[in-house]
Amino acid sequence: MSDNSNPNENEPETTGHEWDGIREYNNPLPRWWVWIFYATIIWGLGYTIAYPAWPLIERATPGLLGFSTRAQVAEDIAAVEEANAALKAQLAEVDLTTLGENEDLASFAVNAGASVYLANCSQCHGSGAAGAVGFPNLLDDAWLWGGTIDEIAYTVTHGIRNEQSFDAHWSEMPAFGRDEILSDGEIGQVVQHVLAISGQEHDAAAAEAGSVLYLDQCASCHMDDGGGDMVLGAPALNDAIWLYGGDADTITESIYYSRFGVMPAWSEEFRPSSGLDQAEINAVAAYVHQLGGGQ
Amino acid sequence: MWDWIKIAMFGLIALFAALAASWARDLAYQVHMLIIMAVAAGLFIWSVRTAGEAQPALATGTAEGYNDGVIRAGVIATAFWGVVGFLVGVFIAFQLAYPQLNFEFLQGYGNFGRLRPLHTSAVIFAFGGNALLCTSFYVVQRTSAARLWGGNLAWFVFWGYQLFIVLAATGYLLGATQSKEYAEPEWYVDLWLTVVWVAYLLVFLGTILKRKEPHIYVANWFFLSFIVTVAMLHVVNNLTIPVSIWGSKSVIVWAGVQDAMVQWWYGHNAVGFFLTAGFLGMMYYFVPKQAERPVFSYKLSIVHFWALIFLYIWAGPHHLHYTALPDWASTLGMVFSVVLWMPSWGGMINGLMTLSGAWDKIRTDPIIRMMVISIGFYGMSTFEGPMMSIRAVNSLSHYTDWTIGHVHSGALGWNGMITFACLYFLTPKLWKRQGLYSLKLVNWHFWLSTIGIVLYAASMWVTGIMEGLMWREVDAQGFLVNSFADTVEAKFPMYLVRGLGGVLYLAGALIMVYNLWMTAFGKQQTQAAAAAATPAE
Repeated sequence: MSDNSNPNENEPETTGHEWDGIREYNNPLPRWWVWIFYATIIWGLGYTIAYPAWPLIERATPGLLGFSTRAQVAEDIAAVEEANAALKAQLAEVDLTTLGENEDLASFAVNAGASVYLANCSQCHGSGAAGAVGFPNLLDDAWLWGGTIDEIAYTVTHGIRNEQSFDAHWSEMPAFGRDEILSDGEIGQVVQHVLAISGQEHDAAAAEAGSVLYLDQCASCHMDDGGGDMVLGAPALNDAIWLYGGDADTITESIYYSRFGVMPAWSEEFRPSSGLDQAEINAVAAYVHQLGGGQ
Repeated sequence: MWDWIKIAMFGLIALFAALAASWARDLAYQVHMLIIMAVAAGLFIWSVRTAGEAQPALATGTAEGYNDGVIRAGVIATAFWGVVGFLVGVFIAFQLAYPQLNFEFLQGYGNFGRLRPLHTSAVIFAFGGNALLCTSFYVVQRTSAARLWGGNLAWFVFWGYQLFIVLAATGYLLGATQSKEYAEPEWYVDLWLTVVWVAYLLVFLGTILKRKEPHIYVANWFFLSFIVTVAMLHVVNNLTIPVSIWGSKSVIVWAGVQDAMVQWWYGHNAVGFFLTAGFLGMMYYFVPKQAERPVFSYKLSIVHFWALIFLYIWAGPHHLHYTALPDWASTLGMVFSVVLWMPSWGGMINGLMTLSGAWDKIRTDPIIRMMVISIGFYGMSTFEGPMMSIRAVNSLSHYTDWTIGHVHSGALGWNGMITFACLYFLTPKLWKRQGLYSLKLVNWHFWLSTIGIVLYAASMWVTGIMEGLMWREVDAQGFLVNSFADTVEAKFPMYLVRGLGGVLYLAGALIMVYNLWMTAFGKQQTQAAAAAATPAE
């Protein structure tokens, strides 16, 4: 052990090993370090007894406290639902036109409506409600079947052109080309007229001829000036908002084949397993109504 | 004979890569095969020209008999990749503050999503990996009093690893990714790394086996545990089946939550064994050398080494709290993480207490100062980590910038600073200079980096806790108050502070590169007398 002898008395002894000039003291483990290490181990053992921890053959030990993150989530949800039960009952009964008078209820309706919307409506209308080709934008003030809060609730309840609800909105445009109501040349003229009333570039002579055909065939629903009719779900043609597209080719296709957009009836009356209850319908109507275009 | 086998091998690889490039199913694979073809063709020509000649100079090493050529190359690579990694980091930090920096003309190559893995891999695997390669080669030779085993195999490890870095980095930019954090490179790059890593293990283990010292020094335990564990983690987490051998896409064999668990078992131990165990190996050699003091406690090094490597490997599930992972696994991950606290701190105690009796050097020696602050950040992040692994804390901190701050106080503070200190230590010795070009510049580097880290970590704590609180804020009826975009807007000022911290850190690294360059290649340095060292062979 002669290696271990130390010329300096104040210094602890070394292990006697040396690597490239590096020696090691033989100091003991710091006591505080050892005790905290032991304490964390004991705490760890205790914790694994209290909480689900050790995997066995069939299942893991459940822990004495019965802790489960899934149960925790279920509890949290139940607590919130209980706290809001009164508001929800009120929302199912409320006259939507006076919803704004009750600030608490209105805020509850809009927030709950946002969740209903994201879960059920965003798949077609987009998570930001800006719509997509064939699925109307809900942010603007152009409405096919009416943009008052009651009308929105009605549309959500019964849907559009579906077989589930007898009260679904229903209208059907003829397929002017496919069913040979108009010739291809005539359709071309009507298209030019529609381009004209929507303020786009067009062939003036063809549009002139098309305007006669338009008044004959289209104006009964879309109105003489192309303003549309919300009772019939006939879109306005004299603006820049298009459900399927406003270029000549797309308008031609719409006139030739017609369109048949469908929306389900969302009320649980018509969708027993996955429908919305009255409170949810009112909530989502309130949400869509306040997006920007509500009337 | 060996020359002819080599020539044939390089020729075949070049030919195969050329065919693969022409049949490639995606751009990343094609570019990679062209890179491999160019490398193999270059080696083919070089082998033909040198066939039959004596061994080239780079293989003969230095006068002492240690193979220091590969370590010199490693020092240069570490400094180079460090600057690259920090630069990309600073750029993406500003991309987060100013999304306009995701330039239209860079879409698909230079947007945040492509650059972020480039940054993380560049700093962890290119900068950190080269630092580990060159320091482990240096340390294992000195503490074993033996030349690196395997002759030119060490050079194969070095250049093979650089090729891996280039393939990984170009793959990220071109969109070849497994989408596994820190394990993004695709299957053929993984296979190549496996070959290189096995060669690394052979060189390291071979050198230890032929050591002239009776005992294996503690630094080498840490290096060996790092090499062995990383090999295991890498192989298991990258078990994929290629869709085609002519394309980069592959499919992982693990499914669902098992895949997530394997990924974070890997991911956490990449931190544990790459950035902790490996870097502790660096600390255990360079701190006592620079301080010229014995290591504080041999017992502590044994106990904390075994405790650390036993406990670290179980801590991965804390990355998956409140997910599809079963509660029992989450509990175990948390408990092992908390118990890991003291074993991690064992390294900090041994590092700091080694300086007792040499405390005055903190004032006089900026390299010691770097080591001290590095160990300090090590201690801080290894306390913060167990704390963040606690389920209740994690429910606030997870997915927030707090995690980013935690990682960077460890990476910039611990890994970066100890690496800088090692580079300052190594450069004069490897290039046989009397000392560094300028200690004053080291001091500048120290303060720029330290202030940079403080700005970085502090701003990320603030935004992390703020966004965590904003995400969970609900109104009286239980509805969320803030949208995600609200938190992004609120974080903007702190993102600027973070970016500024990154700029300071990068500036410090550039000063270091200048200082090291002038030390190694500057004219004013005179040749120091070669340090007396025992010939290894």
